[in-house]
Amino acid sequence: MKHFDVIVVGGGHAGAEAAAASARVGAKTCLITMRRAGIGVMSCNPAIGGLGKGHLVREIDALDGIMAVAADRAGIQFRLLNRRKGPAVQGPRAQADRRVYRDAVQSLLSAERHLTIIEGEVSALIVINGVVKGVALGDQSEVHARCVILTTGTFLNGVMHIGDQRNIGGRVGDRASIRLADQLLSLGLSQGRLKTGTPPRLDGRTINWDVLERQPGDDLPVMFSFLHTKPFLRQVSCGITHTNERTHAVVRENLAHSAMYGGHIEGIGPRYCPSIEDKVVRFSEKNSHQIFLEPEGLDDHTVYPNGISTSLPADVQESYVRTIAGLENVKITQPGYAIEYDYFDPRELKSTLELKAMPGVFLAGQINGTTGYEEAAAQGLVAGLNAAAASTGKPPAAFSRTESYIGVMVDDLTSRGVTEPYRMFTSRAEYRLTLRADNADQRLSPMGIATGCVGSVRRNAFEEKSIQLQSATSMLSATSFSTRDLLAVGISVSADGVRRSALEVMAFPDVTVAQISALAPSFAAYDGALQRQIGCDALYVQYAERQNREAAALRKEEAALIPEGLVFIGMPGLSAELSDKLSRVQPRNLAEAARIEGMTPAALTLILAHIRKDRRKVAAL
Amino acid sequence: MDTIFALATARGKAGIAVVRMSGPMAHEVVLQLTGSLPPSRQASLRVLRWNGAVLDEAVVILFGAGASFTGEDSAELQLHGSTAVVSAVLRVLSTIDGMRLAEAGEFTRRALENGRLDLTQVEGLADLIDAETESQRKQAMRVLSGALSEKINLWRKDLVRGAALIEATIDFADEDVPVDVTPEVRAILTKLLLALSRELEGAKAAERVRDGFEVAIVGKPNVGKSTLLNALAGREAAITSEFAGTTRDVIEVRMDIGGLAVTLLDTAGLRQAVDKIEQIGIRRALERSGLADLRIFLVESSTDVLPLSPEHHDIVIFNKADERTGSDLAVSGKTGQGIDSLIELVMQRLSEKAASAGLLIRERQRIALVEAVTALESANRAMERAMLLPELVAADLRLAMRALEVLLGRIDVENLLDEIFLSFCIGK
Repeated sequence: MKHFDVIVVGGGHAGAEAAAASARVGAKTCLITMRRAGIGVMSCNPAIGGLGKGHLVREIDALDGIMAVAADRAGIQFRLLNRRKGPAVQGPRAQADRRVYRDAVQSLLSAERHLTIIEGEVSALIVINGVVKGVALGDQSEVHARCVILTTGTFLNGVMHIGDQRNIGGRVGDRASIRLADQLLSLGLSQGRLKTGTPPRLDGRTINWDVLERQPGDDLPVMFSFLHTKPFLRQVSCGITHTNERTHAVVRENLAHSAMYGGHIEGIGPRYCPSIEDKVVRFSEKNSHQIFLEPEGLDDHTVYPNGISTSLPADVQESYVRTIAGLENVKITQPGYAIEYDYFDPRELKSTLELKAMPGVFLAGQINGTTGYEEAAAQGLVAGLNAAAASTGKPPAAFSRTESYIGVMVDDLTSRGVTEPYRMFTSRAEYRLTLRADNADQRLSPMGIATGCVGSVRRNAFEEKSIQLQSATSMLSATSFSTRDLLAVGISVSADGVRRSALEVMAFPDVTVAQISALAPSFAAYDGALQRQIGCDALYVQYAERQNREAAALRKEEAALIPEGLVFIGMPGLSAELSDKLSRVQPRNLAEAARIEGMTPAALTLILAHIRKDRRKVAAL
Repeated sequence: MDTIFALATARGKAGIAVVRMSGPMAHEVVLQLTGSLPPSRQASLRVLRWNGAVLDEAVVILFGAGASFTGEDSAELQLHGSTAVVSAVLRVLSTIDGMRLAEAGEFTRRALENGRLDLTQVEGLADLIDAETESQRKQAMRVLSGALSEKINLWRKDLVRGAALIEATIDFADEDVPVDVTPEVRAILTKLLLALSRELEGAKAAERVRDGFEVAIVGKPNVGKSTLLNALAGREAAITSEFAGTTRDVIEVRMDIGGLAVTLLDTAGLRQAVDKIEQIGIRRALERSGLADLRIFLVESSTDVLPLSPEHHDIVIFNKADERTGSDLAVSGKTGQGIDSLIELVMQRLSEKAASAGLLIRERQRIALVEAVTALESANRAMERAMLLPELVAADLRLAMRALEVLLGRIDVENLLDEIFLSFCIGK
């Protein structure tokens, strides 16, 4: 019999990050996957990061996770999205070499001392007297642990659709975990069905690249990891082409054969990632849609045409793809397909991602109704840290909306649930101006160091940077300059007689590092990333102060915990409508209660009064 | 942590009115208003000033953290119970950064959070909340019926659209969304600013319908202002004599004109005074009549020179009707000639103002609207750099939404995403 602290079921992006995090803090961890070679596979598009998503990757890196490091190692085209907009909304993104990425994840995992990887199909959870004890495998063997993290992705009752063909399975060539799914269903968890789609994969050698527009990466690539400064691999360009009226005509004529429009699919798909069928039907006024042709690797000819996911039959896919400029003679190496899968309502989870109904079992990734590698990995990190903490008797790792995108996502999921596959956007973060990619380490690494999930290399780098940051900031605020001093270095400012510190001057638009260095010569000696971060802080300082006040109020409400099982029905002074809503949502703290529609300040006061009353009773016992 | 304030006594004319403040800035704000901090827990008489102008003379009491109702630094201003004074003080407080009007039950809530209430008080709280929710419900019913709800829905739609356009350029920069949304966003901001400012005007009138209009009688010394006031009031409220400059202070008389509550103000005659006390009286006369909703200019001849000129709606009327001939609008306080037509005229002018009353009747709603306007104006300025820093426009719009949550209900990111996905084909 094998005994562990934490078992992670599944080797996708959530599973890999969960296993790595749990092992990093020293919990004896076991990752169980159907195919060891499948760990770290990118099953959808060959890219990591983007807007909101890039923020998540930086936060994972700030906690010494693996996604950023693997993506940097595998990156073959780096682009900082929104480069011309403000730093708070810039998101790093990279095309990744699929094979290199997978290898990087696997080698990072094998370097974890406390991690064991087992190949096998998990058929059931072992539950004794309502307490999870481990998992049973398909070969009748058992693995025991205090906590189990399920990251089974689309494998849960997954059905693949190509036209009217249906296959049971999560990904092409994989089996679905039906037995485990049935067992979870018997717990009475509420669940829903979602769908997602992929485009046909193309043979790059049959694409006429000469007629296509190219999109190169940035001249100065921005890495995901705080520890890296430049790419590891040769850099390549993507291609850009467009659908046209003929493409749309082919799609329109064959709509009845589409799995989605033919009525074979009941799941709800993401509105931000519509299939080509959706685009043609819902935006019929548009006669062209953009397609990015993304290479899947340096020595892989496969090309991923981003923007034309589909569930049409294979022959129709070929005829519409060939109407597109540059793809007239293209060969499809694997047809696109839609996939339907189950997810469990994430409102069944605590903010540690532990199931309320079964302590010790954690869920992370697509099983919670999210989409995307980054969202999955970030949840894996949260579940991994918390399962390790729970199994070794340490306090949980808490992520607040006011401090991280991870906190925003976990709170959105566990307090509001999902209606379509959940994807991160920067607009979901109300404290967007302070939750930036450039300061993810300042926000999260201290917590990582405290919980032990940040290793010594990063810890030293972080502490060194913090010292530098502090010395640069105090140096910049030490001396103040007259308007004449500023004009002398080319900074235009109204002659209002106010003296300003160099730090204040950095809040002005279009002020350069060179100009600041002319005022404060020692600034030039600091690292470029550090100079930029100080600039970002200065740029938003006024707005940030306002947001900090709001955030402080929110944190206070988050800290006012509502005891589990507090009875709202019949609470004197509470309207029937509100007490009904409160009973249904069962908010865990005052901040969650405040987000309930129709909530009044007076009712919040009443709830707070009851929390106090409860606490005093407990104290009196 | 914000510092909160609110009128603790009932609205309307009374002997005194108490404004409470609680939070980290409470003592600092008292210092700004009075120039010196009175000793803690001791009633002290102080003159309240803002930007050099006197607001009121008040009894001020400070409470230190740990020794106040809320447990925080607190202060009480015991003002003269005049609605004008109270409004002026509340307005000043709401302009100070970090200060805001307390939400319903917020003082109690802070007291709870700081462990200042005991169990019996907690039990008693339920009654209080019943009262509050009932009045809130009635108010919401009133506000949400008919015209305003339509208006509010339009504002909501515009705000969601504007914010969604900005968010689309941020979150879907790599997608098929318009590169430059600034013309549409600008148009929306202009439209919203106009609509909200107009509503604010109406809010002022609505407040008057509830708390009463102020009508000031102004004019040169010895034209018969006090005699007119007495005639209108039907009693000897002001001393009258043949000597110019008899009235020194502002004299107030509450009365009912055509169903509207009116406070009639008699003021010192306006002239270049040598006497110090008369100078103060004239300054007060100018201040109060400037803030009044309507002014009656009582004049001897059309060439009277005054440091104040009639605004649109103001009434200009000749004095001593009993000694005049001709058809000019004139009144005599002594004989009562022309009084009825003057009352008729005042009623007509005030009714016009009352008719423009918006539906935003609460000071809380007005403050929310002011905050929203401030945020929208800031968004308008941020539009200058909308292509470079759209996130700042978005931050201002978010603030405007939050301010208007009182009226619009909650707008969250899902509403914005709905609008984005409906309008643009997202998904490359």
